[in-house]
Amino acid sequence: MATVPKMPKSWRVETKPHKFCPGCGHGLVLKALGEAIDELDIQDRVVFGCDIGCSLLAWDFFNVDIVQTHHGRTTPVMVGVKRARPDRICIAYMGDGGGYAIGAQHLVNAATRNEKITAILVNNCNYGMTGGQMAPTTLPEMKTETTPYGRDVEETGYPTQGPEMVAAITREGAYTARGTVAKVRQLKNYLKKALQNQLEGKGFSFVEALSGCPTNWSTNAKATWAFLEENMTKYFKVGEVKVPVKEEE
Amino acid sequence: MAEKPITDEKRVFMTGNEAVAWAALAAEAEIMYGYPITPQNEIMHYWTRLAPKYKRKFLQTEDEISAGFTTCGGVLAGKRAFTATAGPGNVLMQEAMSMAEMMRIPTVVVVQQRGGPSTATVIYSQQETTLTCFGGNGEGLRLVYSTSSHQELFDYTIKAFYMAWKYRFPTFVLGDGYQAKMRESLYLYNPIEKGMPLAESYPFLGQEGRPGVEREPSHLRNTYNTEEELYQIISGYVEDYERMIPEVVEYQVSDLEDAEIVVIAHGIVSRAAREAVKVLRQEGRKVGYFRPITLRPFPTGKLREIAPKAKKLVVAESAQGQLFKLVQEALYGETVPLEPYFKPGLGITGEELVEFLQSNFGQ
Repeated sequence: MATVPKMPKSWRVETKPHKFCPGCGHGLVLKALGEAIDELDIQDRVVFGCDIGCSLLAWDFFNVDIVQTHHGRTTPVMVGVKRARPDRICIAYMGDGGGYAIGAQHLVNAATRNEKITAILVNNCNYGMTGGQMAPTTLPEMKTETTPYGRDVEETGYPTQGPEMVAAITREGAYTARGTVAKVRQLKNYLKKALQNQLEGKGFSFVEALSGCPTNWSTNAKATWAFLEENMTKYFKVGEVKVPVKEEE
Repeated sequence: MAEKPITDEKRVFMTGNEAVAWAALAAEAEIMYGYPITPQNEIMHYWTRLAPKYKRKFLQTEDEISAGFTTCGGVLAGKRAFTATAGPGNVLMQEAMSMAEMMRIPTVVVVQQRGGPSTATVIYSQQETTLTCFGGNGEGLRLVYSTSSHQELFDYTIKAFYMAWKYRFPTFVLGDGYQAKMRESLYLYNPIEKGMPLAESYPFLGQEGRPGVEREPSHLRNTYNTEEELYQIISGYVEDYERMIPEVVEYQVSDLEDAEIVVIAHGIVSRAAREAVKVLRQEGRKVGYFRPITLRPFPTGKLREIAPKAKKLVVAESAQGQLFKLVQEALYGETVPLEPYFKPGLGITGEELVEFLQSNFGQ
């Protein structure tokens, strides 16, 4: 008997199946996020902003208010909303290009100002929507459309380690973690903690999610998971990077 | 409770930047997002001093890209939000303003023009006319007010909020470094007491009620899938814009009746033009004056009515033909000769215009 997978309550059924490529990790990240929103019961308070690139395909994904912005600019739009309406739970959803390249100044400054928003960044080692170019997170030697002979770190530097960078520039109260779509339950837990951190008004919260891009990696299911679980996690360590210290009773 | 910033009308002597901050308070702007750039800095300086007293907010962002996008965020959240910028900052601001144009976000931006291109000077120019009217990868569906005095900076900043929210096109107050930094007399007043309506703000995101259950969720986007879809959206916007034109277009004229030469200027240069017309009229010269107050939309109808009656139109501006192009476009098909008086990045005095106009009358 076929089983219908349970959708999070906060998902918008009318826009499913979603628009991402088969095998794309975004669906899993958004599933984990949907469950986190449900468990915290914040659906009527969430304002979700999505970037340009594959993340824009989430523009009608949830039954929450959503705005799709420009490439790299979701962080400032969500900062603007949060400053104007502190009672809203603002989520800035972006890819690795949006967060670490074109919008890096916004991520860095939102983190240093300890903006009370939650940024979620999906890291799939390349620019997906534009056809698989090198991203700030492309692994050394990895082939992309703009590094057809493999990423030469002498020429293009090493991949950005986002949560570690954010942890280094934020003060007490910030939350940073790196999860993976290979461990959805753990990822949901991180996203929930990140949102909880915003609910409590403690500080900036940031979760990077490692994700697969079979379309541009040109990998089958097995090879996609192998790259995600072996190659990526060697460089990008999964786990919590910075957690606010519990206040003494 | 925070009191009203201005109760009774009062005469003051202050800089234009200060007048803008007071106008934003009077218009009940709720939050300013900004990034430092000369010559608009004092708008932020006065706002940050005054805002907490009246429960208003401020955020200093990391750059003008962020100032523009946080302003969009503030407006989407339902607040009368604004920013101010100049020169290279205005260039960076255009990305967010193109999103505001596409998503019909009623942002208010005060521009205090400085010299250009590039960093140029921090002083003055009228070289941000084209940028402010047509910046971004779109059609210039915006409302641009070019002010010429401190009183107008005050009046039109208040008006900008109202018009932005009424028509939902990004709205600009185009001043300059002279207006920003000079001190001048003006009246401050509470627009409500003058019977002027306040902008009615409302949230585009984060409304009450559970989305998908008690109401439809707001799903806002600026990306479209097909040419036809985009064409339909933009055509609708253009229709709205064209319907708005007769309701918003503004200009100022004088001494047109028998004028053989009409001098056209906008912003602070129009004050020099008016002065020159006054002097020349006293000498018996048949010279008139036309000043567009809205540069977008441009008062094309009025200009086309004036043009055939004149022998020559003189266009004076502190730029190399940015107003001139707007005039040319408005007058397409007319045969009246246009005489340029261009001083890019340089102030223009009444005296020099008197001299120039006299030479145009010939012997």
